Amino acid sequence: MSEKNALPLKERMKIARTHMPELDARVRSRNFEEVNLGLPVADALTEATRCIECAKPGCVVHCPVGVKIKEVVALIHAGEYLAAAAKLREDNSLPAITGRVCPQENQCEGGCVLGKKGAPVAIGNLERFVADFERESGQLGLPANAAPTGKSVAIVGSGPAGLSAAGDLVQKGHRVRVFEALHELGGVLIYGIPEFRLPKTIVKGEVDNLRRMGVEFETNVVVGKSVTIDELMHNEHFDAVFVATGAGLPVFLGVPGEQFNGVYSANEFLTRVNLMRAYQVTEYDEPVYDCRDRDVIVVGGGNTAMDAVRTARRLGAKSATLVYRRSETEMPARAEEVKHAREEGVEFRMLTAPVAFLGDEKGWLTGARCVRMELSEPDESGRRRPVEIKGSEFVMPTNVAIIGVGTTANPLIQSSTPDLATNKRNYIVADPESMRTSKRGVFAGGDIVTGGATVILAMGAGRKAAASIHEYLTSGEWEKAGTRD
Amino acid sequence: MYKIVEARSVGLNIKQFEIEAPRIARKQKPGQFLILRLHEKGERIPLTIKCSDPAAGTVTIVVQGIGKTTSLLNCLETGDSILDIVGPLGQPSEIENYGTAVILAGSVGTAMALPTANALKQAGNHVVFIEGARNTEMVVFEDEVRQASNETYIMTDDGSYGEKGLVTKKLNELLAAGRKIDFVLAVGPVPMMRAVAQVTKPLGIKTMVSLNSIMVDGTGMCGGCRVLLGDKSKFACVDGPEFDASLVNFEVLMQRNTMYREKECQSLKYFEEHKEEEVEQLRADLAAKEQETAEMSAELAAEEKHYV
Repeated sequence: MSEKNALPLKERMKIARTHMPELDARVRSRNFEEVNLGLPVADALTEATRCIECAKPGCVVHCPVGVKIKEVVALIHAGEYLAAAAKLREDNSLPAITGRVCPQENQCEGGCVLGKKGAPVAIGNLERFVADFERESGQLGLPANAAPTGKSVAIVGSGPAGLSAAGDLVQKGHRVRVFEALHELGGVLIYGIPEFRLPKTIVKGEVDNLRRMGVEFETNVVVGKSVTIDELMHNEHFDAVFVATGAGLPVFLGVPGEQFNGVYSANEFLTRVNLMRAYQVTEYDEPVYDCRDRDVIVVGGGNTAMDAVRTARRLGAKSATLVYRRSETEMPARAEEVKHAREEGVEFRMLTAPVAFLGDEKGWLTGARCVRMELSEPDESGRRRPVEIKGSEFVMPTNVAIIGVGTTANPLIQSSTPDLATNKRNYIVADPESMRTSKRGVFAGGDIVTGGATVILAMGAGRKAAASIHEYLTSGEWEKAGTRD
Repeated sequence: MYKIVEARSVGLNIKQFEIEAPRIARKQKPGQFLILRLHEKGERIPLTIKCSDPAAGTVTIVVQGIGKTTSLLNCLETGDSILDIVGPLGQPSEIENYGTAVILAGSVGTAMALPTANALKQAGNHVVFIEGARNTEMVVFEDEVRQASNETYIMTDDGSYGEKGLVTKKLNELLAAGRKIDFVLAVGPVPMMRAVAQVTKPLGIKTMVSLNSIMVDGTGMCGGCRVLLGDKSKFACVDGPEFDASLVNFEVLMQRNTMYREKECQSLKYFEEHKEEEVEQLRADLAAKEQETAEMSAELAAEEKHYV
């Protein structure tokens, strides 16, 4: 059934975008089950039929890793789901993950011509559909590896950048070993993104696939502490190292009262709940602040803040409020997260910024003193800069405040590798094309180079690094950087 | 999985474990710690490393059974395994020849202070070690303490061994006798470290304390261990665990350490009521995990490698 899409373009354009079925908001706002249920086969077929097969597909151009979306969608339309999955895997080794967490509206779907007049093809939902179909079929289209090259690569960090580089490099025939600081593999996919958005079994499945492809994993290794980059290269004989440690250091507001009990970084709150499963209170030992019947605020407007506030809601918060200093238009969070959060009863308090936390005599948080903001001229990010409205102070009563305003570079590797150049914000300096650092044989990519970004951008960096590492290992030349496409 | 090469009781409710962890053993320096997790549903807890043997690939920790995880850990014996261990974490102690260095350690804190005491002695300091304990049963590592120091005092709260009184009593006596003290390290319960700081701060004696704040990852990722030094916030896991005692806000440290007290008590109570089942369950989980790992490697080995 590999017939081409015979429906006239005009007819295709009349078909409405299919909707992702979701768990009922009243039910899901009290549990950690996945919100999106996945498209049924019939809807996936309908959705694939909507594609008008542009000669120059904007979706592909707008995909950070250049997935051949048009071909994938055509294979779905033809009912060749496994072939579609294999096609997807040529450019994206973690499709079940990106299908769930990519900000499609700014990427592939943002480039879809249908979006100009109506709704773009639901590419993210289709991506997830084929990845899930493939996994559930048990017929994994894992690519074969090239003959062993005798070269070995150490990858530092098992997040999206590290995992995608590992997949590419092992296919090229190199020995690949991934080092992870935590006890579980997946980096931010495990400790950061909650179960209701990305079930842990999906991440584990992708990691197991890499293991089957021959990737070695070692958990509980903090590179920079347990072993240095130099030791990996000289004592453990790795020919190249890819640093993909992410931007893991939490940023606090630096306002008075941040030491009160009840003030968390989003990293800590989410790690306790996601990695350590604090939401399963009776089964797991890890505690988290009892949010039940409390007022919780989350400061920030990105996906991490959104994950934290929706998590607080699920932990039983009486009110879960997102406090953001700009307006909703400037929020970096995915549109779907904002929609889901609102349906789940999350309150949004825009143009508001905490200036101090207040506590009782025992040091427990009781409130946040906030100011109202207004937007003025655009700043260097292109977004309108928020400025304080004089005399607008007020107190928001709260027992738990979670700070999700961003992260910065963790200095463990840089401080233990003196010849690795860093910029003034302590991120590792790497060529944007070749991912090569100032140190021969050492590559870096993902958030540790760019600062906090998205899963797909980190994956893209991982793939670029893998290509560059392969070139280096094959040619032995370090200086000639960034010449491949 | 990390095998326990030797487990032995060294005091009342205090146990010493020598564990296979070659990477940590190679890198560990005095003052550093590790984080361990006992089972899939367990918490991660930080413990200071007493010493390591790089040749044997082992590290030694000393554990006082206080909460659920430490109590469960202390039920393990030689031959058992620990699920996860990561380290060495934190900054090593600053070792210099200060002159006269006084080390004050409370009970299990003695094990944590020992490696630093040894290093200070080797660096040429005249090391005075004041070990404090509640009673004679809690006095640990006396021989090692004597070896690591030039002058040794044992203090017990009830006077059942050594001299009666707190470690700060001895510190005050030394100062009153006109002894010149150039450096102080205090390792123990927060009130003890605070009391030491109160003695040495007005005298301007450089004093370090090893802080035991609540941690999750131990790599600077969560910020849960943040401590207030003057008006600056620092992370005990990566900036510490040792800090200048004159700057530490001990009230905030005590306040933050109470954050989960209620849950910790519930957890411990449950554990004590179900101790045998819990230990049995832990051993079963570890055995299952070992088997799972073995099966995975067998599966991987069996899978034919196909090359293009």
